[in-house]
Amino acid sequence: MNRREFLEVLAIASAAGLALDSRTALAQGAADALYTVPKFGNVSLLHFTDCHAQLLPIYFREPSVNIGVGEARGKPPHLVGEHLLKWFKIRPGTREAHAFTYLDFTKAAETYGKVGGFAHLATLVKRLRAERPGALLLDSGDTWQGSGISLWTRGADMIEAQKALGVDVMTGHWEFTYGAERVQQAVKNELGAMEFVAHNVKTQDFNDPVFKGYTLKNVNGVPVAVVGQAFPYTPIANPRHFVPDWTFGIQEDDLQKLVNEARAKGAQVVVLLSHNGMDVDLKLASRVTGVDAILGGHTHDGVPQPTLVGNAGGRTLVTNAGSNGKFLAVLDLDVKGGKVADFRYRLLPVFSNLLPADPAVDAVVKKIRAPHEAKLGEKLATTQGLLYRRGNFNGTFDQLILDALMAVKGAEIAFSPGFRWGTSILPGQAITREHVLDQTATTYSYSTLSEISGADIKLILEDVCDNLFNPDPYLQQGGDMVRVGGLDYTCAPNAKMGDRIRDMRLHGKPIEAAKKYKVAGWAPVAEGASGEPVWDVVETYLKDRKTIPVLEPKQPKLVGVEGNPGLSPA
Amino acid sequence: MDMHRRNVLRGAGAAGAIVAAAAAGLVKPGVAFAAPPNKAAAEAKSTADAMKALGVSGAAETKDIVIKAPDIAENGAVVPIEIESKIPNTESIAVFVDKNPFPYVGTFDVSKGGVPFVALRVKVGESSPVRVVAMAGGKPYTTAKEVKVTIGGCGG
Repeated sequence: MNRREFLEVLAIASAAGLALDSRTALAQGAADALYTVPKFGNVSLLHFTDCHAQLLPIYFREPSVNIGVGEARGKPPHLVGEHLLKWFKIRPGTREAHAFTYLDFTKAAETYGKVGGFAHLATLVKRLRAERPGALLLDSGDTWQGSGISLWTRGADMIEAQKALGVDVMTGHWEFTYGAERVQQAVKNELGAMEFVAHNVKTQDFNDPVFKGYTLKNVNGVPVAVVGQAFPYTPIANPRHFVPDWTFGIQEDDLQKLVNEARAKGAQVVVLLSHNGMDVDLKLASRVTGVDAILGGHTHDGVPQPTLVGNAGGRTLVTNAGSNGKFLAVLDLDVKGGKVADFRYRLLPVFSNLLPADPAVDAVVKKIRAPHEAKLGEKLATTQGLLYRRGNFNGTFDQLILDALMAVKGAEIAFSPGFRWGTSILPGQAITREHVLDQTATTYSYSTLSEISGADIKLILEDVCDNLFNPDPYLQQGGDMVRVGGLDYTCAPNAKMGDRIRDMRLHGKPIEAAKKYKVAGWAPVAEGASGEPVWDVVETYLKDRKTIPVLEPKQPKLVGVEGNPGLSPA
Repeated sequence: MDMHRRNVLRGAGAAGAIVAAAAAGLVKPGVAFAAPPNKAAAEAKSTADAMKALGVSGAAETKDIVIKAPDIAENGAVVPIEIESKIPNTESIAVFVDKNPFPYVGTFDVSKGGVPFVALRVKVGESSPVRVVAMAGGKPYTTAKEVKVTIGGCGG
């Protein structure tokens, strides 16, 4: 039944005096409006990324601070709130405005409900696949990490869910934090028909490829090459000891060779399934030719429309499909005379209330969760305010973790990594053990307590800040700024490294370079690190407090970015 | 994976990174490592002083020396670098890491007709340009590539 037919039925039903369930009717109308995507062309690619092992529907607040520097200033993905709506011509106050921005988050989330969930995502995938026979489902990775269950099963839960969903090809990043051996074992024995591609992972010694670089798929008679690009800075941003014998990086020459090889083998469409992050993808697209589209992830940017990047060979579409199962992208390509003639793109928000759970995938999710439900569901405290993480600087959930680290470990300053994963919790909701794990579940979540000099604190902040605000995307790592508790500072994103962090103070007193400070943290990258898991630290704190009041996240004083469209006005 | 050559390499690796590179065949025929050591250059604390000790001055900037190195080092202790000179009659290739306490890494002499290509692993203590000076026809040419070294641990 299409939308028009549905409305006709509705009209007849009303006329006949039937008592309609108005909520169902409204939902059906909204679903039809949102998920009716006219079919276009002859090759369709469905894409999601960075679901971070979120099998169930969740809330996820998009950032209010996502500053772009250098050439990235004021362009996607560095637009937030009204700036984003304006750029993409999305009407404020609508369901889509809620999906793509943080605006009026709590109220809108209460109105429109949760997003994502594999069973709901599956319904949308099936619907689109029914309209688009032969469509491929591509996953840019960060799928096997981000929840308690995925940590406890070393990603086996997510592999099962991906197979049930029908993922054709994937690449990776956090997957590698289970260690080289686990990834190779999974790729070799557990993926079934799903393929794992990563052209930029090589052995340290002979530069041999570790994984298949690309795969050629036949879509309705059109050969389509899907090249894999794993997160290039995996051994730097995450502990190197998990992948001691592998080297990653951005390998333009090697990528160009593979693209040319795929074309020579007859590929009429070449896409890069990427975990670079959108800024890196935009630069890469300008330097490598022959790639029709880069379907990207890593930076968790829900970007409604692709950016078209010109290069010596033509143009490349660059997309980024958000995170946490919140979005499904549809790229329809019209391939004529051996090449892409035209395209249509939609990034569809997955509203769980509008998409009934697919029974088959729902059964898989229930089976995966059953043995862990009791443990995960334990209520640790209640929050009075909205808890979220995403954004360049501290979110409220980070603030909670920092407060817990300082209180439980007896520190005056705390650091928490600027990860972009972690779901949101609405005011009044219980904070469960599952929620805490959604923010902290990694294979190296040890909490630490160290004596660090003021000079070294400055060095750490400068280093991380450069990985976020270096104007050259190839020198960024795609994480947000390290979250800081206790310490106040000023940040100048547009300054040079060494001059971005200014006026560091503790309780109003300037930090002294030579003085040692007690600093708590978690997720050390050094080999042999140990310490109480950070989720236990947070749990101790939550059980003690029982009620978490509205938290004001500590933000640095920002200078030199006034009017930046990656900054909310509030 | 060829475990045999890997094991051979591990044995060789103990003797030093550059020896390992040679054992792996990464240093191509035609290039002999290490001109007679220049003590003054090795002990110089800046690239400028090291160049002076090597008798290099007024090196011309060129795009014909290609340095392949990671944008961000995965391990600053062993950063893989590949250098190729496309300048005709390249006689030697000298390598410097500007910000290392002792920037001069060494000089590779290229025998006549040899391919001026070297691959080595160098220590890069902090973010620094990796600088190459190639001598060709008795004249020095230079180029540099920035390698960033970071404490890491902040990926999204």
